[in-house]
This record gives sequence, structure tokens and C-alpha cells, in this order.
Amino acid sequence: MSDLLKGRTGEWEMVIGLEVHAQVIADAKLFSGAATDFGAEPNEQVSFVDAGMPGMLPVLNEACVEQAVRTGLALNAEINLQSIFARKNYFYPDMPQGYQISQYEDPIVGEGEIVIDLPDGETRTIGIERLHMEQDAGKSVHDRHPTKTYIDLNRSGVTLMEIVSKPDMRSAEQAAAYVTKLRAILRYIGSCDGNMQEGSLRADANVSVRRPGEALGTRCEIKNLNSIRFMRQAIDYEAARQIEIIEDGSEIEQETRLFDSGRGETRSMRSKEDAHDYRYFPDPDLLPLRLEQGYVDALKASLPELPEAKKQRFMEAFGLSAYDASVLVAERETADYFETVAEGRDSKLAANWVMSELFGSLNKAELSLSESPVSAPSLGGLIDLIADGTISGRIAKDVFADMFETGKPAADIVEEKGLKQVSDSGALEAAVAEVMGANPDRVADYRGGNHKLIGWFMGQIMKASGGKANPQMVNQLLREKLDAGD
Amino acid sequence: MSLDKDTVRRIATLARIRVDEDALEPLAGELNNILGWVEQLNEVDTEGVPSMTSVVETEPFKRSDTVDDGGKAEQVLANAPEEAEQFFVVPKVVE
Repeated sequence: MSDLLKGRTGEWEMVIGLEVHAQVIADAKLFSGAATDFGAEPNEQVSFVDAGMPGMLPVLNEACVEQAVRTGLALNAEINLQSIFARKNYFYPDMPQGYQISQYEDPIVGEGEIVIDLPDGETRTIGIERLHMEQDAGKSVHDRHPTKTYIDLNRSGVTLMEIVSKPDMRSAEQAAAYVTKLRAILRYIGSCDGNMQEGSLRADANVSVRRPGEALGTRCEIKNLNSIRFMRQAIDYEAARQIEIIEDGSEIEQETRLFDSGRGETRSMRSKEDAHDYRYFPDPDLLPLRLEQGYVDALKASLPELPEAKKQRFMEAFGLSAYDASVLVAERETADYFETVAEGRDSKLAANWVMSELFGSLNKAELSLSESPVSAPSLGGLIDLIADGTISGRIAKDVFADMFETGKPAADIVEEKGLKQVSDSGALEAAVAEVMGANPDRVADYRGGNHKLIGWFMGQIMKASGGKANPQMVNQLLREKLDAGD
Repeated sequence: MSLDKDTVRRIATLARIRVDEDALEPLAGELNNILGWVEQLNEVDTEGVPSMTSVVETEPFKRSDTVDDGGKAEQVLANAPEEAEQFFVVPKVVE
């Protein structure tokens, strides 16, 4: 409900559908044996097929088919046992064939769905319309010459999966959650690295607005959004633009728009007379792709545990909240780390340590989890020391900072620095007696009814012990001694 | 189905083929003849018949995911009208 937008004339609802282009992880291209590595010298990873030389024939890379099917299965989607490659015809300098080989009427993957996690812990199911395979185009470089464009065909022919959602999203936040979840799924199964900076994952957003409950409005497509932050900005800007146009009494013109991240606005990209007419037809160079059900079943059986299943398991097995579980499963690496820490230990304590101390320290040091100086077993060792009463939770934070700094095991640091918690009741009783003896007026005050003073006594003893006194025991002893004189 | 002059002009533009204004009308006639000829196929009842995609029922040949091509920028660029720093060079394209 809160997703509705307020205009001058009433409330509006945003309707968003996303087309995500995900680069498939494979060594070679979709139809040629040229390499796909990022960052090679210009035109070094180009075969004559990728350069559109006459007479060259495409030959399908079976690993890319496997990746597309695995992705479809991970999206709970229907796998089409027959799919057809089609030519999408248009001219652009970075596409030397004069057509992109794509799939049109018969894509390899049909309808599916994914469950997205919203910040309040709520979930929402977003429909997937289809997934198809296609070739990427080359790269145009506009900034090396004032009047020329430079073309690098290294990316030409690299395999993309275009994943099309249904228009099921109602806010920029939901769109962001969708891309986040989709990215997590792709990374879990290893079909795309999800690197938005390098362009391995990019989204086109179809945005329209309507009065709540009414028919869909005319949409505009915002092309090539290469970060989640820009996507949110672009969607919000675009919806506001459309509402203003309609409220001013005009109509939305269906068009393709670009997001200018510098100005934070979208602008029209192609003029109307240039409206696309791709004249798709089945590619005569490629036979229909046929898959056996047994092949699909085998791939399904080999999929790893996916984020949604893992989240449910973490909630049930470890008693985590929906929010905590969704944070911990967002990356497979994080989930594995957490599971190692939590195994055989207090899982809520483990979740807290991973999510607050560890993530906090990593963020501050600008390190990724794989670069963490504290390994999962090592963090587990620290939690064991808290659990068996060797150190207090407060001291543990100092020990953790030390571990993060030096990479040493918790037990060694505790030993070296003499940080063991004092749980010897004789020593603690002496400390309690000393503080009470030194502050008779406060003792009297407490006994006169000011029971809040117990906190002050606690503080004195903890301070005197350098934080090492066992706080539960001190608390208990203090109550006994102070209340004894009532 | 019948093509008019405007449609022929549009198809020519999409295909990046320059057709002189006075050639459009005769070309429309020629194309309409071809379309008319192909349209005879509509006389055959194909209800329920799956489309035939190949004359030989055969599996498409697939390649394994092995890098065995590329590393020949010089040959790839050999026919380029203009090149620089190992890039193809074309007139400025700005969206």
C-alpha cells in the first residue's frame, strides 16, 4: 500500500518489468571457439564467426546450453525441450553480422518465478516470463577520437541469457530486491558472475504508471542500467516524469530511454521514425535445439542448494529471523562461513558475531569475506571461549579486534594478554567486599531502597578487574551481599 | 498481401539498400509478384502439421567449451577500411 505514489491529482501505482542480461560463465563464446576473458587487448578474442565474415557458420557451445538450462531450473521454470535460434535484424557498427542470433518464439526456458526479500522481512513472488540465449554485441568506444568511434569485437558473440520478468514489481525497491535475488541465484549456481561493473549483469527496466486497479499504462523502456543504485534512481525518476505528463493532460509515448547518471534523469534515446522492426526469422544456419528430459533431470539433480531453500533452512535449523537469514544467504560464501561458525554452537550468537562484528570490521577495512583475517573456524573458537565462560562477551570484542589485526587464534590472545574471565567465587567475593567496604554511604543508600545503585557497584568491580570479572557471578554476589543487610 | 511504395521504401531503409525514388514503384510490383507466388502455399491445408525446420532429421552439431580460436586481431582487421590501436574505426556513432 505504501508503494503508491502521490501525484497532484491523486495516487498512482508504478508497474515495473525487468529484462536482465546476464553473461554466461563459459570459456568460449556461444557459437565460436574464441575466449571470453574480460580485459583482453582489442580484437584479440575474435574468430571469423564473431567478426561476421562471409561463409562462417555458427556452432553451438554445449556448455552454454547447460548453463541456460541450469539457470532455468534454478528459477523454477519450465524447460522447453525444443527451442529455436532466430535472427534479430538490425544494423549497428558493433554487430558485424547485421543480425543478432537470439531466440524469439521458442526460447529455451519458459515461465518461472523467484521469491524476493524486502527490507521489512516480507517476501514477494515475481513471475519470470522467459529466458533465452543470445549473442552479445561488440563494444563501441566513443572517447578515443573526436569524430570517430572505435570498435572492439572481443565481446561479440559472448553468450548472454536474457531473463524477462513479468510486470510484477510495484516500486524501485522491489526491482532492486529482484535484481539482488536473481544475481544471488546466478552466482550460487555459477552461471553468471553477476559483476555489474564489468557489465556481466545489466538490466533494462520497463516502467509505466496507472491509477490503482486500472489497466496498464503505456510503458517506457530504460536501457542498460549497470548498477542497482542507478536502476532505483532511474525508475523513480521515470515514474515521476510519467505522472507529471499525465497530470498535465498529455499522453505517454512508448519509447526507449537512457538513464543519465550524472544528471539523475532519463532521456529519449531513439526517434520515432527509427522505431525498431527486427524482422525475426529462424536462423537457417542453426537446427532447432532439442534436449532430452533425462538430460534436464540430471542437471536438476546436480543443482546446489539455492538461496531460498537455504534461507528457509537457516530460519528453521538456526532459529534466525527472515531478515537475518536473507542477509546471510545473499552470497554462498557468506552462508558457508556462517554455517561453519554456527555448527555445534549457539546459532544466534554466531549470527550476531558474523553480521555485526565481522561484517562491520570487513566493511571498515574495505575487505571482502574471502580476504577476512579471521577464518570461520577461528571465529568459532572465539565463540567457544564465550560459551564456556573463559571470557566475557565484552572482552571478546577486544579479542576479536586483536584477531582481526593479527590473525592469531582467540585462545592465544586470551592467554598472552591474560584476559581470562575471573569466575573464582573467592576472588570475586573479595572484590565485592572491597568495593562495599570502601563505599559505606552508597551501601546504606542501596539498602535504603535505591536499588538502581547495583549498576554502579557492578561498574566499579568490572573496572577494577579490567573487565575480566564474570558479570553474571558479580551480579549475583552483589545482590546477595547488599540484600543481606536489608 | 500487397506492398505499397512506402512499405518498399521502409524495407529498403531497414536493409540499408539505397533505392531511387522512381525505382520504388517497379520494385513494389516485382515484390508483389514474388509474394503472390509464395502465397499459393496458403492453398495447402497445414492445420495441425508442425513446421518443418530441416529436410534431414538430424541433431545439431555442438562444440565443447574449449578455446581454440581468436588471437588473430591482425587478420580480423585486415579488411577494415580504417583501424587504429587494434580497433575498427568507424564514423562517430552517438545515441
